[in-house]
Amino acid sequence: MKIQKATRFALYAVLELARDPERQFSAGEIAERFEISGHHLSKVLRTLGRAGLVEALRGAGGGYRFRGNRKRVTLLDVIQHFEPVASRDGAREPGSRTPEGRALGRVIDEIDDIARATLGSITLATMRKLIDQDRREAAARPAERRARASPVE
Amino acid sequence: MEHRNTEMPGVPFDIRPARAADLQTVVSLDEETTGIAKVAYWKDRLERYAGGQPDRYFLIAEKEGRPVGFIVGEVRAWEFGSPPSGWIFAINVNRGARQDGLGTQLFEAVCDRFRRSGVRQVRTMIAKEDKLVMSFFRSQGMMAGPFVELEKGLAP
Ligand SMILES: CC(C)(COP(=O)(O)OP(=O)(O)OC[C@H]1O[C@@H](n2cnc3c(N)ncnc32)[C@H](O)[C@@H]1OP(=O)(O)O)[C@@H](O)C(=O)NCCC(=O)NCCS
Repeated sequence: MKIQKATRFALYAVLELARDPERQFSAGEIAERFEISGHHLSKVLRTLGRAGLVEALRGAGGGYRFRGNRKRVTLLDVIQHFEPVASRDGAREPGSRTPEGRALGRVIDEIDDIARATLGSITLATMRKLIDQDRREAAARPAERRARASPVE
Repeated sequence: MEHRNTEMPGVPFDIRPARAADLQTVVSLDEETTGIAKVAYWKDRLERYAGGQPDRYFLIAEKEGRPVGFIVGEVRAWEFGSPPSGWIFAINVNRGARQDGLGTQLFEAVCDRFRRSGVRQVRTMIAKEDKLVMSFFRSQGMMAGPFVELEKGLAP
């Protein structure tokens, strides 16, 4: 499964903002942290604002803040504003009314169901735990990590 | 599904091994969640899992002496080549006692026993639509493992 760039940026932004819901972050700060385009990220943040997942704060030092309950908002709740996630619309594909099309549809539905169940059960709070765990593990074996982060050309 | 904790939030609870006399309690707790009273099933589970047999764990959580939840698990070995691992196959917390960390404590209690049994992996199986239980186990850090469940209808 490959998610689109905008979806990835949205997830990074929401995860960063959900780290500390009290704090505001500027689009620039988030873009710098993930080394992504600030322009593209601003567009993504506007979509997240319309979706009610983040709040734009005006005025000097204005930025963005997470809105919602990190223990309830799931990855699916974010992703669905950017791309159809495992949507069961295969019925409209060419040939989908043939026995072959239906059998293929069942296999694809099986994969889609797992994708939805996975993304719909991982909350931002759970993601933050995974992130912290990754950070601890990375700190525990710095040499190995460094080697992997800079593979031999 | 939101269940506010109405049952003495913050009051500490105890976790103890289940006994045969807990049958009615377990049946009621399970019936409250699933809507089905499975007396014969739970009687059998208590006989098999609550007798202090090695590697089988049936634990009850109590608040001030009143049972409010349970968890059942065992160590299973070599099914389809899998080395011994801990299996959780039932968890239940009374609606009024939810979202107070009780599920987490039951999970940790059974994991401690698995660790003492020498296993290093814990597994469970959850209905894909069961968002509550799925989110709960995810929050405990569980991820998909190397097995998938397959099934087929059996024509008579
Ligand atoms: C799943 C269950 C055991 C959780 O028990 P609990 O005591 O509420 O769990 P905890 O308070 O320890 O919650 C742990 C985590 O689970 C998740 N969680 C709990 N309730 C949730 C809910 N309603 N929605 C989303 N996530 C939830 C949260 O991530 C929570 O983390 P937090 O403590 O940081 O908020 C309980 O809801 C239950 O018994 N449900 C029915 C189970 C069932 O159907 N059993 C029959 C088949 S065996």
